[in-house]
Order: sequence, then structure tokens, then C-alpha cells
Amino acid sequence: MNNRHAILKCTDISKSYGNQTILSDVSVELAKGEIKVLIGPSGGGKSTLLQCINCLVVPDSGEITMEGQRIDLSRKQDLYRLRQQVGMIFQDFNLFDHLTALDNITIALRKVKKLNKVEAKERALLELDQVGLADKASLYPAQLSGGQKQRVAIARALAMDPKILLLDEPTSALDPTLIGEVIAVIKGLAVKGMTMIMATHQISLISNIADEILFMEKGRIVEHGTPAMLLGCGNDSRSQTFCDKLNDLSATEG
Amino acid sequence: MELSPFYQELLTSLNRGVIMSVALIVPSAVGGVLIGILAGAIRTFGGRVGRTVGDGYAAVFRGTPLVVQLFVLYFGLPNLGIYFSPYAAAVTGFTLCSGAYQSEYVRGALLSIKRGQYLGAQALGFTTFKTIFWIIVPQAIRRAIHGCGNEIIYLIKYSSLAFIVTCIELTGEGKTIATEYFRFTEVFSIIGLYYLVLVSLAMLILKKIEKGLAIPGFGHQ
Amino acid sequence: MPNALSVVIDALPYLLQGSLLTVGIVIAAMSLGLIIGTFMAVGLVYGNKIVRYLLTVYLWIFRGVPVVVLLFLFYFGIFNFLGLQFSAFTAVTIVLGMITGAYQANIFRGAILSLPQGQFKAASGLGMTDGQAIQSIILPQILRISIPAWSNEFSIILKDSALAFVIGAPEIMARTQFVASRTYQHLSMYITAGIIYFILTWAGVMALRKLEQHVHIPGYSYNGNQ
Repeated sequence: MNNRHAILKCTDISKSYGNQTILSDVSVELAKGEIKVLIGPSGGGKSTLLQCINCLVVPDSGEITMEGQRIDLSRKQDLYRLRQQVGMIFQDFNLFDHLTALDNITIALRKVKKLNKVEAKERALLELDQVGLADKASLYPAQLSGGQKQRVAIARALAMDPKILLLDEPTSALDPTLIGEVIAVIKGLAVKGMTMIMATHQISLISNIADEILFMEKGRIVEHGTPAMLLGCGNDSRSQTFCDKLNDLSATEG
Repeated sequence: MELSPFYQELLTSLNRGVIMSVALIVPSAVGGVLIGILAGAIRTFGGRVGRTVGDGYAAVFRGTPLVVQLFVLYFGLPNLGIYFSPYAAAVTGFTLCSGAYQSEYVRGALLSIKRGQYLGAQALGFTTFKTIFWIIVPQAIRRAIHGCGNEIIYLIKYSSLAFIVTCIELTGEGKTIATEYFRFTEVFSIIGLYYLVLVSLAMLILKKIEKGLAIPGFGHQ
Repeated sequence: MPNALSVVIDALPYLLQGSLLTVGIVIAAMSLGLIIGTFMAVGLVYGNKIVRYLLTVYLWIFRGVPVVVLLFLFYFGIFNFLGLQFSAFTAVTIVLGMITGAYQANIFRGAILSLPQGQFKAASGLGMTDGQAIQSIILPQILRISIPAWSNEFSIILKDSALAFVIGAPEIMARTQFVASRTYQHLSMYITAGIIYFILTWAGVMALRKLEQHVHIPGYSYNGNQ
């Protein structure tokens, strides 16, 4: 474990729905600039863990500490402030259907961060430009391709200057031909030093930018380590087996 | 062209009646929409008690004829010592009945908003109130406008029942004159035309509003 | 209020006889509307320009003019003028039938338009005449698709049947009025009438739901109608 200062500390997070346990005493830490990737079979709890970090799903038990400050899970104000500092990218994009690409970004800047119209517009155009979509600013979500929608979603999250970015299978809902543009943007963020934790099936993200891989199954982290440790040649790890399956799949999909 | 005395009297009465019709329709439409929004929201977001009350209100006022509701308000409540004027009974009845149908459209619109929209807003740090006000409501309005608009058009037609509680509007005036001169076909054909004009006008306005609010790719159910 | 309750109980048989008439009106009107509606829907979708224009005018009139106005117009006006001696029951049935026919025409028209074009093409390709295609292929599908909307139309006509009292048909409302004005128990009587209508509506919707399940084709989904 490196000594870098941890921005996010989640300790013993548990969540159940009825008598189905989704997460079982999961602990995760993120240091500034670190990138962790969650992999594993469906239903393993990756999505729920991410949604517990920004409390879209409130954990049944466990502690979340952000920059040394413990989050009071029962105080709504704490939760709102937490979410302003943590950005989230969804598998289904969740762009606001009634707003243009530009307004999708400005609305949070104006209503949550309280910027004025001019500042918000400037910042929004900047972010759109960064993801290569400045010319699509006045289009509505229905008029954008999947890849474009996800890039707008990323711009929307980044405009809030988040300390951490959570990515929940960002490319899983995309046509294979559109995945590349989104991966390029995510890789760009990694280069710039964005702290990220993401759930994904994309091999190139797993092996190229991850600082640490976390293999989740049945609500627990059953294996973790650097890509070098887990994914070397002739490695016998669960992660290796899983990644081999992913490789096979992407080979057949062509 | 000089109109015969009959037609002069007819048109004077009918025009008087139309004014009363409009005086009935406008408050009832506004009231109905407001109640519909309130009841629809409670029926969608409320707790168990709220939803039961809201659903019960809608079931009663959608499951019984408007005529019965008018009779209860104007002829029945006096048994309890509550007296409505004809106009008040008519507007109250129309508002409550229309509100029940409106709540159905509002509820449908609110339920049709994808859960992801809530998640997206929450993830950005929106409070619950801000999420509903800036993200959910703008979308719900566009989904509801067609149903709610059509309901107002129904209201225009059902305002013709006001004569049953002795509030004389367009239909009531016509009934009086037609009975007096026994010229039902002419009188009620003309009354029919009056309503067709009102309804067609309302439909045009609704179309204009729907066009103005339309967002590319954002269909209505 | 014991007096109110006893009045209601005494009047119940009388009222329920009226509800037989009400049910009769509704069934007859809905059946008439079904026939008118299917023919008009076919005309609206497959007919030539003149047919479609005339039918559209019909729809405009019968969906735009209030029920009571049409009742007065036909019962005291047109039928009289034509010398037709219809009873109030017949008159109400015809007028309501024409009104619901207009709405049903629109429902069926929407259902026909939501069918994949290939259905008609396949039928023609097999050598069926247009009439056969419509009868054997199109109608069976759209009638099933339309059951929910038809059920909605049914409850509307049931409530509109209450207006029959304005032309003197001795159904529920007329009889309720009769008893109420004689006993001064207005509130309890009209609430009773409301309860009777409520139960009739509920029973009818349940019956139609059973029908929908009975004619359901496994795996058949409503393509355009969701």
C-alpha cells in the first residue's frame, strides 16, 4: 500500500434488500490520482458499491470518510454536499431529456453551484469542447448518438469539479463502434490525474489505466492487486480467468 | 338581412348563455387542473395515507356520473343544511369531477419519467425539491399536456349539464326557447354549432401549446 | 338517519329495475357503436378521399357536440321531424350508439394503423380480397388490441346513460329523482344512485378484463400501442 493521502475511505459497507445481501462489509480506499477498477460477474455488487459511495443508495452500515471528514449518512445536507464533490457517470447516461447538451451542464452549475448564467455557459462550453462536442451544444439528447451522450454526461460531471469520479459501466450500453470515443475521453482524464473508481468490462481500461484491480463477487472483494500482479502471463488469479473470458468475448464480437 | 324576431330572440339568449358557459368553464378548468396536479402528485409521491385518499377521490369522481355528483351537491347537501347557489354547485361539481380525471393524467405523466432522470440529478447534488422542480416537472408537463388539454375539451362539453342544477348557460337557454316555440331541430342545431366552435377553438389552442412545448425526441405516451 | 336508510331500502327494488334499463341502454349502445365504429374505421383507413372526408365530419360532430344537446336535437327535433315515434329508450340507444361509434372509430383506426404493414400485404399476397383480408386478418387483431380502450369507452357510456332522464327514460336517475322528490331524502337517494353506478362500472370493467384474458393470444404484444 502506498503512503499517498487517501481522499476517500469506505469502511465495512453493507447493503441488503430484504433477505438478499448485495454488499457484505466492503472496504475501499482511494488516494488522490489513483484509479481503481471493479471487475467481476453481474450481480456481484459493483454497481451498488459505486452508488453507496455517493449515497444514491444509502448503506445499511459502514462508514464513509471524504478528505478526513466522516459523512453523516442520516443528514440530508451531508449527502447533498457529498454528491457535489463526487461525480458519477451512469451506464444509461441519464442526461436530462428536456434540456440541450449545453443546458444539461449549465443547470447543475446554476442550481447547485449557484453560478450566474454567463459563467455557467462559459464553463459548460469549455467542458463540451474538452470532450470534443462543442458543436453539438444546442442539440437535445434524443438527437445525439450513444457515445456522444456519454461524453456529454462526462462533461456534465466534470463541470462540477469533482474530487472523485465514479463510473458505472460507462461503455456497456454503447454500440461497439462508439465505445472508442468514450474510452479515449476516460484515458485522457487518467492522464490528467483524475481520481477514479470504475466498474467496467473493457479490457483496455482494466489493463492500461488501472492502478489497482478489485475483483468483486457476491458482495465481497475476493481479490485485489495491481494489473501486473494479477494479469501477468501464466497467472492463475480469478481476475486473469475473468479477463480471459472478456478477451474471448471481444474477439468473437470483432 | 333582417333576422326574424324568433332568430333575434334566439341569438340574444344563446349569446347570453355562451357567456355563462364560459363563466362556468374557465374557473372549472383552472380549478380542475390545480386539483389534478395536487392529487396527481400526492397519488404518485405521497405516503400510504395520501395515496389512499387521492386514489379514493379519483375512484369516486371518475366512477360515478357527473349528473349524480351535481344532484348530490345541489339537491342532496341541503339535507345536511349546506346550500349551494346554482352557479356554485355547477362549478364545484365540474371542478371536482375534472380534477379527478386530471389527476389521472398528471399521475401518468409523473410515473412515466424514467428513474434515471432522478439519479442523474441526485448524482449532481440536486436536493429532492430542486430535482422535482427543475428536472421532473418540466418533463412531466410535456407528457401530461395532451391528456389534460383533452380533459378541458371534455369540460367544455359537460358544462352543458349546468341547467340540471338550474344554472342557465347555453344549453339551458336553448331548452327554454325550444320548448316555448317547439322548434327543437333548429335551436339545437345552432347550439350544436356553438359548441363545435368552442371545442374546435380549444383544440387549435391545445395544438399550438403542444407545438410550442415540443422537444425533439420527447414523445407523449 | 334511520328514516333515510329505510327510504333507500324501500326504493331499492324500484331503482334496480331502472338499472336493468340502464344496462340495456349501455349494451345496446355499445353494440351499435361497435358496428358503426368498425365500419367507419375501415373507411377512414382504407377508403377514398370523399369517404374519409365525410367520416371525418361525422367524427367532428359527434365528438364535439355535448351529449344532452344531441339527445334534445334528435329526440325532440330530428326524430319528430321525420315522424319517427321512437321510445326514449330507443332514442337514447341510437344517439349514444352514434356518439360512441365515433369514438370507437377513432380507437379502431389507431389500432389498424399500429399494425405492421406486412399483415395486410401477406393477406393480399395469399390471394385474399381486401374484404377477406380485413375480416379475417385485420379485425381479429385490432379488436383484441382495442379492448382496454373499449373498456374505457364502456364506462364513459355507462355514465352518459344517466342523462337519459332528461328525455324521460325511466332508468336509474329518473327513478331516483322520482323517489327523492316524494320523500325529500335527496342526499341518501342520490348517493345510492351513485353507488349503483359505481358497482355497475366496476362489474363491467371486470367482465371486460376477463374477456381480454379469455381471447389473449400467447406472446402477442401491442406493438404500437404501448
